[in-house]
Amino acid sequence: MEEKQIYTISIYTENNVGILNRLSAIFLKRHINIESMTVSKSEIDNVHRFTFVVKLSETRARKIIGQLEKQIEVIRAFYHTEDEIIYQETALFKVSTEHLYDEEIQGRLKFRRANIVTITEHFFVLEASGLKEDIDRLYNKLKPYGLMQFVRSGRIAITRPKMAISELLQEIN
Amino acid sequence: MNTQTQTVPIDIGKKPSSIKTESISGAEAVIKCLLAEGVDLLYGYPGGAIMPIYDELYKFQDKLHHVLTRHEQGAAHAAQGYARVTGRVGVAMATSGPGATNLVTGIADAQIDSTPMVCITGQVASHLLGSDAFQETDIIGISTPVTKWNYQITKASEIPEIMAKAFYLARSGRPGPVLIDITKDAQFGEVDFSYKKCENVRSYKAVPEFNIDKIKEVAELINNAKKPFIVFGQGVILGQAEKEFKAFIEKADIPSASTLLGLSALESKHRLNVGLVGMHGHYAPNKLTNECDLLIAIGMRFDDRVTGNLETYAKQAKVIHFEIDPSEIDKNVKTDVAVLGDVKETLSEILSLVTIGNHKEWLQEFQKLYDIELEKVINDQLNPTKKGLTMGEVLGGINKETKGDAVIVSDVGQHQMFACRYADFIKTRSNVTSGGLGTMGFALPAAIGAKMGVPDREVIAIIGDGGYQMTIQELGTILQTDIAVKIVVLNNSFLGMVRQWQELFFDRRYASTVMKNPDFVKIAEGYGIEATSVSKREDLANAIKTMVASENSYFLEVVIEQEDNVFPMIPTGASVSDVRLS
Ligand SMILES: Cc1ncc(C[n+]2csc(CCOP(=O)(O)OP(=O)(O)O)c2C)c(N)n1
Repeated sequence: MEEKQIYTISIYTENNVGILNRLSAIFLKRHINIESMTVSKSEIDNVHRFTFVVKLSETRARKIIGQLEKQIEVIRAFYHTEDEIIYQETALFKVSTEHLYDEEIQGRLKFRRANIVTITEHFFVLEASGLKEDIDRLYNKLKPYGLMQFVRSGRIAITRPKMAISELLQEIN
Repeated sequence: MNTQTQTVPIDIGKKPSSIKTESISGAEAVIKCLLAEGVDLLYGYPGGAIMPIYDELYKFQDKLHHVLTRHEQGAAHAAQGYARVTGRVGVAMATSGPGATNLVTGIADAQIDSTPMVCITGQVASHLLGSDAFQETDIIGISTPVTKWNYQITKASEIPEIMAKAFYLARSGRPGPVLIDITKDAQFGEVDFSYKKCENVRSYKAVPEFNIDKIKEVAELINNAKKPFIVFGQGVILGQAEKEFKAFIEKADIPSASTLLGLSALESKHRLNVGLVGMHGHYAPNKLTNECDLLIAIGMRFDDRVTGNLETYAKQAKVIHFEIDPSEIDKNVKTDVAVLGDVKETLSEILSLVTIGNHKEWLQEFQKLYDIELEKVINDQLNPTKKGLTMGEVLGGINKETKGDAVIVSDVGQHQMFACRYADFIKTRSNVTSGGLGTMGFALPAAIGAKMGVPDREVIAIIGDGGYQMTIQELGTILQTDIAVKIVVLNNSFLGMVRQWQELFFDRRYASTVMKNPDFVKIAEGYGIEATSVSKREDLANAIKTMVASENSYFLEVVIEQEDNVFPMIPTGASVSDVRLS
């Protein structure tokens, strides 16, 4: 069996309601678990960019790209391995203000690119960006202080290789 | 009222040049879009959420013929049947909620069999969307996985552009079904109507450009092959490439086998036509798939019913795939060279590059295996000695009467395999069957649509007693439209195909496959259709003759040997070369 690995799938689409449904159905139909998903606008006006993170074999990844591109409103889709992309996730931690001056927390903040977004009488909110592992580490450190809330975004990724999407759009426009 | 002046680029009935448009209702706009697309026939069923459009259909009835089926599934299959024989876009219409969900089976069928179809559904008013209003269903959500494209219109002003896009997407590239859901307020709303046909959608490439280097590479492989073998599919028909295909195989002298949906793209009796591949296909092409040195797939998608076990499918051969849909390349079978593009173009390119072939010995291998099949299977079907009638001899009898010049519409089951194996075809677009989805109940409504599509041709539906009762209500559509569809029910009082599997793989435990059937003749007569039943061999030929000779619709029940089986057969998971003759 071909080995599975993490792929980041970037999909450029028209801005249309319903497209998310179409895309996720393609994964659902094949029992592919979506590890994370992000939607945003892209570098091109009126073109949306979906970033899916999935774990599968390369053959499967290639076939999925074919199925995604077959959708009418998908302009192009690409898949990349971890070393082909620069990626980040962002997390927010809500912690009780009583721990604000805790040495350990202060120490973590210095070492990591974590910022305090808000401080109120009862709680403060930390924001951290990085790789999933970095955020996991911070999570584990903060957990003992009693996380009032925690949330992490899906992966966003920029690729090292060129994605010939702008040229493509120019060509067809 | 807003009376802006605009030019209408498409002739919608009157003078082609500048027609002044006025503001019209969304419902009327829908009709004008259909007319602009050349639609003159559609199938459907009315209801609350689509009444404004039906009201316009009433006004436009002299230009646009609406056929009231007896169930929305029938409307979808009729539209499919029409599309399959004409190559034009079939149109089906239904109301919201249950009307829309009843279309879904037909849509899924059209999707998997690449049939151009536009379905129009009514929807509750836009301010009610999401409120669980009466007859609200999320038909966009439901139909997403089974449509090429779908869209919900909530404003009348969207109608012309979206309808144009719907027709373009349904028919272009690899065809498929498109569903347009129109809220009731959009039907009542006003639009300044002007219609422009859609010819491009920027995120969609209908036909990939072909690469001449690939074609040269393929020509080289073909010219050097000792045992080339072609499997062709519906792509040849959809691409209207029958002529190019025939010229190519004749020049290169390559034995060619059809998939279920490729049937009739090449006449059955052509010297290079070596039959049908797949689970119940012919012995020779299945066996020799694993002996060819070059497998050339043309407009087909290596369905699992064609390939059997992929691990042992044509492993010895180089594989070439002519295909319009890039996602089909390497999906199931790894190809050595893929030729993307429109087969009509790629096949005409290849024609000049291949040398005149001579594969006499290789063709003889097909003949040898055919002779084995003839002796062990086909003769028993066509000239049976057993008491009960066989499905094969019914098809043989039909061939005699029609000389292969009929559209054969089959349902799903044993009779379908017999129809596809034994029917003679001399013209393209003569085989209409539900291949990919295997939808029982398809044939009767599809035959109605087919007959309306090609009224001058004989259209014969071959149906099992099980599938017939899934859409038997469409006899009402025949009664009302008075069209001359011929219906043959091959009655074995079993869900035959399932019974065959129970016999072979479940020790004859016939769980829920025995059918207690009604008097089919009386039912047909109840709908005003002339009907007969035969159970004796000596009556068969005459009954078929009478049916074919009839100018009107006709129902023929043939009581068949109960426990007959379809062979050859590739059991699920077995290799094509392990095809069984008994
Ligand atoms: C809608 C639907 N339900 C169930 C099946 C499964 N199925 C395939 S063939 C078959 C039996 C068909 O029986 P009949 O119509 O009598 O035809 P026969 O095989 O006897 O020729 C069944 C139940 C199907 N293909 N479609």
